Amino acid sequence: MTTSPNRVTLLREGADGRAVHDVGGMDFGPIDRHEHDLALWEKRTDAMLILLCSKKNVFTIDAMRRVIEDYGQQAYDRTTYYEKWIRAIRNLLVEQEIVSPDEVETRMADVAARHRANGRQVSAETIDWAKGGAA
Amino acid sequence: MSGEAVTAQRFRPGQTVHVIERPALGHCRTPWYLRGKTGVVAAVQGAYRDPERLAYHKPGLPSQVLYKVRFLQSELWPDYPGPTSDHLEADIYEGWLESAS
Repeated sequence: MTTSPNRVTLLREGADGRAVHDVGGMDFGPIDRHEHDLALWEKRTDAMLILLCSKKNVFTIDAMRRVIEDYGQQAYDRTTYYEKWIRAIRNLLVEQEIVSPDEVETRMADVAARHRANGRQVSAETIDWAKGGAA
Repeated sequence: MSGEAVTAQRFRPGQTVHVIERPALGHCRTPWYLRGKTGVVAAVQGAYRDPERLAYHKPGLPSQVLYKVRFLQSELWPDYPGPTSDHLEADIYEGWLESAS
């Protein structure tokens, strides 16, 4: 518990003082109700969150929600459910000084190199994400 | 939660309450569309550490009483097409409620 994050609310544009995430009752068109499979990284993200919150008490689910709510409208609207989660986990581990941004970047570079060596593509956007940069 | 500080319960089931109309400052659990609205306490849900403080790595004490508050849909949404008796229930922490009488 080394840091005390700032208390801020980012507002949604033209929405009468609603916070970015606080969209209850707004019209975003029809909801896609189809079932869909989760990717492996999404399941791992879910497992990581449970371990960090419930088993290790590294941060609370409340802090996780706060970090997601602080993304800003563009990032909030563009990102999927588990993209919000994995980025929140990264940001909270950095905020709590459990890992440093440098450690995350170094590890991401290692993983990216391994993927490229195996002939897989790694998008620049993924790398930006790991750095906590603009989504 | 035995032994932890808890705020005194100010409202009881059946009481009409008003959700305070104030902007959120940081994480809060009271949705925008309920602020400034009037409802009735349907149940007392217990007392929980304050999420508005837990979100910032604080202990969240004293615990806050959480109420299930019932609102008429037709009062929340101006163009609500359903029956006028339709309602919505939401969990609201005591710090966001004031007596409507």
